[in-house]
Amino acid sequence: MQITNNSKSGSFRGMLAAACIALSASVTGFAADASANTLVAVPHSGLRILDPIITTAHIVRNHGYMIYDTLLALDADFKVQPQMASYTVSDDGLTYTFILRDGLKWHDGAPVTAEDCIASIERWGKRDTSGQVLFDKLESLTANGEKEFVFKLKEPFSYLPETLAKPSSVVPFMMPKRIAATPADTAITEFIGSGPFRFVTEEYQPGVKSVYEKFADYVPRSEAPSWLAGGKVVKVDRVEWTAMPDAQTAMNAIQSGEIDYLEAPPIDLLPLVEGNDELTVKRLSPLGSQTMGRMNFLYPPFDNKKIRQAALKAMNQKDVLDAFIGNPEYYTICGAFFGCGTPFESSAGSESLTGSGDVEGAKALLKEAGYDGTPVVILQPTDVTTTKAQPVVAANALRAAGFTVELQPMDWQTVVTRRASQKPIAEGGWNMFFTNWIVPEIMTPLNNPMLNGRGKNGFFGWATDEKMEALRAKYIAAKTAQEQKAAADELQAHAMDEVSYVPLGQYNVPSVWRNVLTGPLESPVPVFWNIEKTED
Amino acid sequence: MLVYTFRRILAAVPVLLTVAVFVFLLLRLTPGDPAAIIAGDMATPEQLERIRTSLGLDKPIVVQFFSWFWLLMQGDLGTSLISNTPVSGMIAKHIEPTISLALLTIVLSVAIAVPLGVLAAWRHGTWIDYTVMTISVVGFSVPVFVIGYILIQFFAIDLKWFPVQGFRSITRGIGPFLERAVLPSLTLASIYVALIARMTRASVLEVLGEDYVRTARAKGLKEKTVLFRHALRNAAVPVLTIIGTGFALLITGVVVTESIFNIPGIGRLTVDAILARDYPVIQGMILLTSGIYVLVNLIIDLSYSFFDPRIRY
Repeated sequence: MQITNNSKSGSFRGMLAAACIALSASVTGFAADASANTLVAVPHSGLRILDPIITTAHIVRNHGYMIYDTLLALDADFKVQPQMASYTVSDDGLTYTFILRDGLKWHDGAPVTAEDCIASIERWGKRDTSGQVLFDKLESLTANGEKEFVFKLKEPFSYLPETLAKPSSVVPFMMPKRIAATPADTAITEFIGSGPFRFVTEEYQPGVKSVYEKFADYVPRSEAPSWLAGGKVVKVDRVEWTAMPDAQTAMNAIQSGEIDYLEAPPIDLLPLVEGNDELTVKRLSPLGSQTMGRMNFLYPPFDNKKIRQAALKAMNQKDVLDAFIGNPEYYTICGAFFGCGTPFESSAGSESLTGSGDVEGAKALLKEAGYDGTPVVILQPTDVTTTKAQPVVAANALRAAGFTVELQPMDWQTVVTRRASQKPIAEGGWNMFFTNWIVPEIMTPLNNPMLNGRGKNGFFGWATDEKMEALRAKYIAAKTAQEQKAAADELQAHAMDEVSYVPLGQYNVPSVWRNVLTGPLESPVPVFWNIEKTED
Repeated sequence: MLVYTFRRILAAVPVLLTVAVFVFLLLRLTPGDPAAIIAGDMATPEQLERIRTSLGLDKPIVVQFFSWFWLLMQGDLGTSLISNTPVSGMIAKHIEPTISLALLTIVLSVAIAVPLGVLAAWRHGTWIDYTVMTISVVGFSVPVFVIGYILIQFFAIDLKWFPVQGFRSITRGIGPFLERAVLPSLTLASIYVALIARMTRASVLEVLGEDYVRTARAKGLKEKTVLFRHALRNAAVPVLTIIGTGFALLITGVVVTESIFNIPGIGRLTVDAILARDYPVIQGMILLTSGIYVLVNLIIDLSYSFFDPRIRY
């Protein structure tokens, strides 16, 4: 009996030892998740939608840049460069002829044709605001053989190349005709592009993981890469995007070598990695993002221009950015609607906003406007770190100037739904909300969605502003760079006077990567070509 | 027993149906519009309306309910509004990490807590008892995310014994599975060890004063036999209830731990679906959760008779 017991005990100990050995043997290899040919990245959020035309979500746009390509692309000097195609324009500015370059193939092996591109442009034009402007000017878009297609315009529209090269947010990505034939408001179900990476559908887990393989047949351009233009040379076999809902986990994972690249670490956790000599912390997006507040023009009190002006005077960017970002190294005080560091930068009218505010001026304006204490309902998302602080700081500033403010906490998705409501405040409407844009999305009068006056058909807040529309038309009609800049300056001054929205400054979050990576490129959109990975 | 089991399964049908109706209606009363979430910042009212139409959200709620219910009766949980993938497939991909984590946690908890509870009862009023109860209070009081981060810092970052995050299916080998599952399971086990140890101690204490225990001791049985074969077996019913409910709670309540350790389980799927107002996924998850509770309760009830022969169905 004793012997049996010993034997049982012995066998248990043996099993335990075997398990420990097996475990320790495997433990030594856990950091090798990120193997030499695979770049493991943590993007700023999980990828749940795969159609970059149906949504404006940045993560979907980034996915688009992995698997799709564009006809034209913007370089670091804000110049439009050929990507899939080059173009010529007729002397009268009414005909643009595009010719596809050689060697373009879809991921299923079929050649890219002019018909594919036309179908893609047409689908995109139904969803994108600047695409709609282009189609308003368009007389016809026709194929001329396999590789050539022609835009014929009703009137000159010199922004056509810029519109097709727009880097964000609904980017005119090219898709095969059979996919682009999907109605613009219905999500596509097949993910074939001609971009430098191929999407591995079978490994996709919505919100968790998406995998991209190098597309062996992709022929990069010969020019050096510059922003989204130039040669997209892929130097790894595979890129895995792994979403991590907890920022601390992502920081731990990059320090331990389980991931290679972290797109957007939270600013307050950066000190954890800044002194680590195995990691690089660097800003890759040269312009960063603009944070802003938008008022509802349909209902009191912000249907009154003087009260909007009072609100603008009450706020100042520094207070907002200190609460939101904290470290001045990562933010810029900037009163330009079109962003600082852009061709149309102008600070006209933003003195109090970029200074320390003008509370007394705000009080005087409120008195002059006869403000009756109507509460200002501010939508306050509590679950998104990048939009959490702004409503609270703005509410305090408005209260200090004499506004009655009602901060309504909610999750971001409720904000997204509520802000689309044109109903009165008592029926679920709102007075003010806050959001952020990457600067290329707002840097011209053509693409800045808040600077339009189309009323209920415009951006949330629904300003009706005929002068704004006239100024936009003036910009569109401008023939020279000087005329464009002059029109943009006029728009800046007018928008500040009308308080079309409240720009609250620019911020620029760095990315973090392990030093086994070389070659991450500066770009307004995170890109994964040109990155090489060496063994640890 | 078979008849009882069949009756219980039959009784679960109206429960699940009621859950289905309530969940559907409650979700439609919650503010939020999946179409607005898909369309993003620049959508015009017309574009939003067109997306609503393409998702079928423009139809009357009754029509939406019966479309969903008809699919459900055919075993189809529908398609995610956001990712456009079948809900059943999404659940299938996310359930393995959660189930394996829950099982490992329960095994670890029982293996640690039951002996501790028996020991504390056996040495009632001594330092052993006080130590076990102190551990138990700490296990209850410290939030799981604190324990998780402490374990990560110590075992993953400082000692580098384990990875800091991730999940590997058990089908890829026991080693890779365990190296990623041990820390989250220990994190989750902290609260269940506390719970099960306290319950075991209380139940064992109660039966230790019974006549049959005194008789067993009088017969000259070893203390180990008295404790584990006689006392513990008779004290098992409430402990079993706690273990069973704990398992169901684990499956449905591991959101924080899944988040800290980046485990793609059903907790994360549910939270993501709620944040995105992805109605079919939320409905599917709540139905699954209800089903798990019904099943676990049935298994607990049936297992009572194994430990206590007086219970018969």
